[in-house]
Amino acid sequence: MSTTILPPGAVSPKSVAKAAPMPDILATRSPPKGFVGYLWRHPTIAVGGFLLLVMLFIAVFAPWLWTKDPTALAPVMRTRNPSAAAWFGTDMLGRDVYSRVLYGARVSLIVGFGVAFFSSVIGLFIGLVSGFVRWADSIIMRIMDGLMSIPSILLAIALMALTRGSVGNVILAITVAEIPRVSRLVRGVVLSLREQPYVDAAIASGTRTPVIIWRHILPNTLAPMTVQATYICAAAMIAEAILSFIGAGTPPIIPSWGNIMAEGRALWQVKPYIVFFPAIFLSITVLAVNLLGDGLRDSLDPRLAKRV
Amino acid sequence: MFAYIVRRVLATIPVMAIVALFVFSLLYIAPGDPAAVIAGDQATPADVERIRASLGLDRPYLIRFGEWVWRILQGDLGTSIFTNLPVTRMIAQRIEPTLSLMVVTLGLAIAIAVPLGVIAAWKSGSWIDRLVMVFSVLNFSVPVFVVGYLLAYYFALQLDWFPVQGYTPISEGVGRWLQNLVLPAVALGGGYTALIARITRATMLEVLQQDYIRTARAKGAGQRTVLFLHALKNAAVPIVTVIGIGVALLIGGAVVTESVFAIPGLGRLTVDAILRRDYPVIQGVILLFSFAYVLVNLLIDLSYTLFDPRIRY
Repeated sequence: MSTTILPPGAVSPKSVAKAAPMPDILATRSPPKGFVGYLWRHPTIAVGGFLLLVMLFIAVFAPWLWTKDPTALAPVMRTRNPSAAAWFGTDMLGRDVYSRVLYGARVSLIVGFGVAFFSSVIGLFIGLVSGFVRWADSIIMRIMDGLMSIPSILLAIALMALTRGSVGNVILAITVAEIPRVSRLVRGVVLSLREQPYVDAAIASGTRTPVIIWRHILPNTLAPMTVQATYICAAAMIAEAILSFIGAGTPPIIPSWGNIMAEGRALWQVKPYIVFFPAIFLSITVLAVNLLGDGLRDSLDPRLAKRV
Repeated sequence: MFAYIVRRVLATIPVMAIVALFVFSLLYIAPGDPAAVIAGDQATPADVERIRASLGLDRPYLIRFGEWVWRILQGDLGTSIFTNLPVTRMIAQRIEPTLSLMVVTLGLAIAIAVPLGVIAAWKSGSWIDRLVMVFSVLNFSVPVFVVGYLLAYYFALQLDWFPVQGYTPISEGVGRWLQNLVLPAVALGGGYTALIARITRATMLEVLQQDYIRTARAKGAGQRTVLFLHALKNAAVPIVTVIGIGVALLIGGAVVTESVFAIPGLGRLTVDAILRRDYPVIQGVILLFSFAYVLVNLLIDLSYTLFDPRIRY
């Protein structure tokens, strides 16, 4: 390594002599630009997004995808193995598992997106209050500490045991359990942003707090919140399946993946397909959302990408 | 040091108080009339009133809370609506299988995850690193009960290596006890293992860049000594922290794993209590699990000084 220190602007005579044109060993191919280029650089977003779109398509167009009425009983057709007539077989009441699984995508996605949305909005609000109102901060954070000490699925179970099973109540129960995580994240971001020179400058020039929040704080919480929201969405879909599976979730009349598995549980040693088809769909959907989350994290925060 | 331990232990009291307050208040903040929900659809108005009185919903909130806390401090978690047995006795009958499952899972997860994470960090960017990362993403995404059914179907039903379901108390022999717990522990520990492996890898990557690692290599320390003695020791604090936080995953997952593998533990008790709408039992189990979780994390906090002598309080 050359260690001669040259004054700024000076050119070492050796380096001039060496500066022969580089041979094009690696032909630089210009990478794809625009949206395609973005997906090209972040394959996890492409794969996760694609799988999620497929699931969304299934959920929205379930009635037109060669399904039957998912709640129609057919006692004569009980527990038939998968065949041309019933692609995923039938359950112990003769209902078509294929139709039930496809309709089940609706519940999972509604719960996932619902919980992600509501816990983000409420957590954002609590986090902002906590980060800006000093006297409220320690009270709020102690409450959040307490809430986080209750394993979230148990908190949801307790809430569901006290309310009637419905999709809305499932969303509510899981949202309550997820709020502490979001509010802690937002509070952390707010506290670090408050130390930034541009926020100091804004305060010094007399900007009112709501404007500071709107212009300087909120835009910066967007990236970490988006990443967090995808993980919450994945966690919520698993939580819904768990709640329904143990009988504390959506009412049995609504076909959700957890319910289908719960109904297949008694027969799973002889008719494993009733459990496995919804299980596969659930796993793929959660995987899709997690991949999307990983990809978003890498693309929105390149510093984190190298570490975890 | 001693003063720190005392302060840290005292600091858990408000957290536990908030947990208790919240678990208690659920009865009041839940939408609708909990007494009617618990009584079920076929209940007469008299039944609803009886349950309302037995839950104390007809008396002032603060007085009720005071009495309830006082009884908990005396070791009384109330009486089950369904069986009329004390909740503490019902919990005592079911605690062994759950505790066994947790301990085996914890041991298995740490034994697999930490070496995997270390190797992934050491061979960062290689196929083994990618494999560990793929394994961890998959494990995060496949829910506990799905893994449970797959394992049970293949290893118990098809290959007949393990019993399909059930539990054998440890008093009937460690071998049989363990044989029954292997599949549930692997199913339950999946996401947890992935979590620990990921954090181990990330922390080790950072530690391996430090000057003292280069010094250790320069003085001729072997690869294994550098990785496991110099690096892992310095990476211990975040790893131990995530092991503690992740226990929440195990607690939530145990409820499901126990119903998949028909293990008669606290998880089964919870599920049965949900079906019977036996709220005092649910409340008791949640309190117990939450206190256990707070306690585990307290111990983890106190263990920091063992791993990092620089941490002085």
